[in-house]
Amino acid sequence: MNRTTLISLKTLAWLACLAPLAWLVWGVVTNNLGADQTHTIAFATGRTALRLLAISLAITPLRRLWPRLSWLVKFRRLIGLFAFFYATLHLLCWAALYANLDPAAMAADVVKRRYVTAGMLAWVLLVLLAATSTQWAIRKLGGRRWNRLHSLVYVAVVAGIVHYWWQVKPGVRTPLAMTVVVAVLLVSRPVLAWWQKQKKATAAVAKSG
Amino acid sequence: MLIGKPADIASAEITSLSDYRKFMSRRKLLKGAALAGAAALGAERVAEFLSPQTVRAGTKLQTVPSQLTTTGEQLTSYTDATTYNNYYEFGVDKDQPAKNAGRLPTRPWTVKIEGKVAKPLTFDIDALLKLRPLEDRVYRHRCVEAWSMVIPWVGYSLSELIKQCNPLSTAMYVQFLSYFDAKVEGAWMSQSSISWPYSEGLRMDEAMHPLTLLTFGMYGETLANQNGAPMRVVVPWKYGFKSAKSIVTIRLTDKMPSTTWNDMAPGEYGFYSNVNPNVDHPRWSQKTERRIGQPFYAQHKATLMLNGYADQVGSLYSGMDLKRNF
Repeated sequence: MNRTTLISLKTLAWLACLAPLAWLVWGVVTNNLGADQTHTIAFATGRTALRLLAISLAITPLRRLWPRLSWLVKFRRLIGLFAFFYATLHLLCWAALYANLDPAAMAADVVKRRYVTAGMLAWVLLVLLAATSTQWAIRKLGGRRWNRLHSLVYVAVVAGIVHYWWQVKPGVRTPLAMTVVVAVLLVSRPVLAWWQKQKKATAAVAKSG
Repeated sequence: MLIGKPADIASAEITSLSDYRKFMSRRKLLKGAALAGAAALGAERVAEFLSPQTVRAGTKLQTVPSQLTTTGEQLTSYTDATTYNNYYEFGVDKDQPAKNAGRLPTRPWTVKIEGKVAKPLTFDIDALLKLRPLEDRVYRHRCVEAWSMVIPWVGYSLSELIKQCNPLSTAMYVQFLSYFDAKVEGAWMSQSSISWPYSEGLRMDEAMHPLTLLTFGMYGETLANQNGAPMRVVVPWKYGFKSAKSIVTIRLTDKMPSTTWNDMAPGEYGFYSNVNPNVDHPRWSQKTERRIGQPFYAQHKATLMLNGYADQVGSLYSGMDLKRNF
């Protein structure tokens, strides 16, 4: 991929990632955020964080399936950092609009309410990943250790999904679609690894025969 | 009888009655124009096609003022009250009932009163509308999800209807069953694992309390379908889900009836479900609420004990541990 294509694609990715925020800001400006504005903001930021996290997790399986799409990896950090950005907005929304910036209320929420605990865990993990997302951090940690650290993204996304299920009313199935998508993305990893090993083995047999 | 005392609220925030009337007449004018236009085009469908989310025009109701109305609160806009609803039979998202509840057949409609009564009766909805003068009653409406509205309902006390059937002394509870027909609402059944019809209930003394309103209208006209047309109850000191919508059966019982949300999650939704800032929902605090229709930075309000109706209904619970009987 040449430089111009990369730059234009990155610009597009930035715009796409900023679109949900732009939609919210536009909603505030035009007073068009629905009847329960606080809920609209909380839901939109949380959902976007999970969606971006899922998209960032789709890149590895896509590359495995179609090696020609290998260049997608150049967008993974960008998407992951935007997921962290929206998760942070989501957290700020909770702190300011739900807990009224009251430290006692926030602490009580984290300790007493398991959906907040799960959400907080996901966010803390994303902080770690975002803080070590630079080239410098990769060099400093070394590839293997960095990879191991960054597999925490699996814990973060599962915590995010659990947070979603624990937040909705019992019996409500709204988080189901997102759960299925994330489950497929997680299961696809061992499945694709196994499939590739098989393919390689067959190729080796064919060569030696 | 004590009347609800005004909450602390800036006078500038209060919608004056003349503003409300102006708002109502403007709405009527717009509706009239829309209707005339639609008629001229010869099809109701055209109007529906042009603005599919428009709430169908209600019928104006003859009303009288009521001593039991709540004063000092700014009314929630008609649009917010009719487009932000929990009515899971028509979808679990807040905007779905407004889009889907048009399928609810509100005529003909009969209401059965049965169980521990000397005189079981079945009423036609139009007879019920004429049973007693319809009163205008503004009530605060507090959802268990920690949002709230202020709505001008139209109806009369539920006790007026129950008295008609001569309840037996063994009648301890009242159960309300809502309309359900899988042919009408089946499309949204897969969104939750709730077993229909929706059931709610009150203790007999709660049901007979004059504040418990048998409700036929809001904002001076018949209820929009998504708000529980053609008839619902409104119990202003309890979380909103206690106020069953689109009621077809009222059953007086000697045992506590099973109720939908209590069955789904007994740890989250108690039978009483009185509004109580001191008893948290397991998943959020009930100390504050978000007033619908306000900008996000101004939505927060302190939640009042029994939703501000403690003076009137507090005595129903004297000696009861409201933390245990939440």
